[in-house]
Amino acid sequence: MFKATVKVTLKKKILDPQGKAIESSLHNLGFTKLSGVRTGKNIEISVDETDLERVKGLVQSACTKLLANPVTEEYEYVIYDHDGTPLTQFTTQQKGIREPVN
Amino acid sequence: MVHKVGVVVFPGSNCDRDAFNAFGSVLNQKVEFLWHKDTSLDGVEVVVLPGGFSYGDYLRSGAIARFSPIMSEVIKFAERGGLVMGICNGFQVLVESGLLPGALLRNAKLKFVCRQVYLRTETTKTPFTSGLKLGQILKVPIAHGDGNYYADDGTLKDLQDNDQIVFRYSTSDGRITGDANPNGSILNIGGIVNKSRNVLGMMPHPERASEKILGSASGVMILKSAMEALN
Repeated sequence: MFKATVKVTLKKKILDPQGKAIESSLHNLGFTKLSGVRTGKNIEISVDETDLERVKGLVQSACTKLLANPVTEEYEYVIYDHDGTPLTQFTTQQKGIREPVN
Repeated sequence: MVHKVGVVVFPGSNCDRDAFNAFGSVLNQKVEFLWHKDTSLDGVEVVVLPGGFSYGDYLRSGAIARFSPIMSEVIKFAERGGLVMGICNGFQVLVESGLLPGALLRNAKLKFVCRQVYLRTETTKTPFTSGLKLGQILKVPIAHGDGNYYADDGTLKDLQDNDQIVFRYSTSDGRITGDANPNGSILNIGGIVNKSRNVLGMMPHPERASEKILGSASGVMILKSAMEALN
């Protein structure tokens, strides 16, 4: 059993009005040095599979098919061992899998 | 002529009955509901994907409904040239399914907007607008939180080059202004068709503007055009 966390965010060139609203609230609270606030979704998944390569394939395919909309969003994911040790990660910006994390 | 219209019902659809009423009681067509788990379109000649909040809008509006069993039939039907109309949440399902280009983002001002808007007819070269006049203004309600149409520059150029922009939000006298744009949509786009012109997606609700008693009857002209195109 592996675990994965997928982070889905709007592409940088797309305005994130939620991020803007949060940023303006932060500024109103005096956090004037904080800026560039962007929001996103965090999705946690368990993968019933024993082979890491197949896990990557499944998570990758879930991202492209459902979890992220390629028109507006980008995604990244980290795959963990059953005990929470990070094994590999992927981001759309890197256009490839970089491994291992540590 | 009486045509057979199918209105798809997803869990969370809430304008399915409005569409049923507009096609059935106002236009006297034969209408039936198609359940999202159905795997046959039962010989309908037009498919309507109605407004609402299919699957609670979880993940992204339309993203989960797009994989409902009925949708593979709707996609095949559209690819064979069948008329498909996606209204509001139905438009979101169509962009998620890839039948229409672009995406619908959160409204620029983050608010759910529920009010009457004016639409300017940008093309009459579609089955849905062939009964309208170019530049005709329609008064139609909107009710959505994710109606901010977005397309990248290349897609936008394609839409313009191929005359695929069907409706733009305008003032009551047809001017396209920032104030007339209720949700931040790029170029004030309120509705588009696919390249083959048989799939329409629009955020405003023509089925809710189908009788004078509802405040406007100008939306029904879109549904009527589609029916006449089938004659």
